[in-house]
Amino acid sequence: MTADPATSQRLAITTDGDVVRVRQAVRGLAQGARLSLVDQTKLVTAASELARNTLVYGGGGEAVLSVEADGRRTGVRVEFRDDGPGIPDLDLAMTDGWTSGGGLGLGLSGARRLVEHFEIDTGPGRGTRVVIASWSR
Amino acid sequence: MPAADAARLAAILEDRTADISAAWLDRVVAELQGRTTRAEAQREQAEILDALVDGLKAGGERVDAPAFDALRGLLAELSAARARLGFTPRETAVGVFALKEGLYAVAGEGDAADVADLTALLRLVDDLGLFTFESFAAARESIISEQAEQLLELSTPVVKLWEGVVAVPLVGTLDSARTQVVMEKLLQTLVETGSEHAIIDITGVPAVDTQVAQHLLKTVVAARLMGAECTISGIRPQIAQTIVALGIEFGDIRTKATLADALVAALRSNGAARTPAAVLGV
Repeated sequence: MTADPATSQRLAITTDGDVVRVRQAVRGLAQGARLSLVDQTKLVTAASELARNTLVYGGGGEAVLSVEADGRRTGVRVEFRDDGPGIPDLDLAMTDGWTSGGGLGLGLSGARRLVEHFEIDTGPGRGTRVVIASWSR
Repeated sequence: MPAADAARLAAILEDRTADISAAWLDRVVAELQGRTTRAEAQREQAEILDALVDGLKAGGERVDAPAFDALRGLLAELSAARARLGFTPRETAVGVFALKEGLYAVAGEGDAADVADLTALLRLVDDLGLFTFESFAAARESIISEQAEQLLELSTPVVKLWEGVVAVPLVGTLDSARTQVVMEKLLQTLVETGSEHAIIDITGVPAVDTQVAQHLLKTVVAARLMGAECTISGIRPQIAQTIVALGIEFGDIRTKATLADALVAALRSNGAARTPAAVLGV
């Protein structure tokens, strides 16, 4: 599943304000893709967590948003990319309550539970790429 | 542009002031139809032209030269004023760029040496135009940050609902700065009113992520440290499901679906003496 550049929207994440912008853009697409209100809220919340991770732990990056079609269903896909330090121990990072910063330690693990599709590609020194997607019912 | 040329340019500008101003003014008035009067545009242009000639006479060659301090100050002031009046960037910058119309008119009839000089002047005008753009953008930025600050104040009222019960209706995005303001105001109001119950209503918060939750939890803990009981209300179904999926624990913090439920609960635990029925004598 890759983003089609023609229909995708690219947003830089370098300030707190950008996190809000990403959230609003995701909400707009989710409404357009006719996700249920609960799924909209979940996707927006997951996007908010990941955008903040990109900013705080990845040192800034970008989000690529796109609307996908799969037969009858439409979905919203968001990819977060940063060139930060990467996550050395992914299993640990995906554990509830574990944080390397001052947060609740639920952002990454919680985001996975909030969306239908979740994939992460990371490693020490090669940045982090997270893709999430949710679909209409 | 050597200083001698600058002096020559000043002389050309002074000699041909009338021609240059006329073409310049026509262009500006045509562009700014209705936004400004001809007399006002003329007054502004006279000031700009005077400052430009003075700067050239003082040997100014580049926009950032000290000789052009007065001119830059003038342009910055004009741009800021226009930003506040709601002019577009185009409408703001045309006041400077249109000076080139006047220069073209002069160049068209001058001899070759004059034209070479005027090219240098045209470049200077371009730089002045860009400076105007920058000033305009800076003024807009400061307006935006002022408004953001005003919004911060506006959007965090702490209201007294009943004797001993205060509430904070939160609307919009909760970031660290806003949470700080909310927490300070809430704690201050708790002291001032001697209230024992605080209700934080999040009906207007579109999404509760871990950061928002963390801010809420901190506020509740701070209120508790001051001896007040805190309730979080306005938890809509989609927010409740999101909080569960995220795995956020609200622990023993009292939460209610609506502000009304939270108020009733606060009044109950305050004792029957203060319930609406008792106060109204029903």
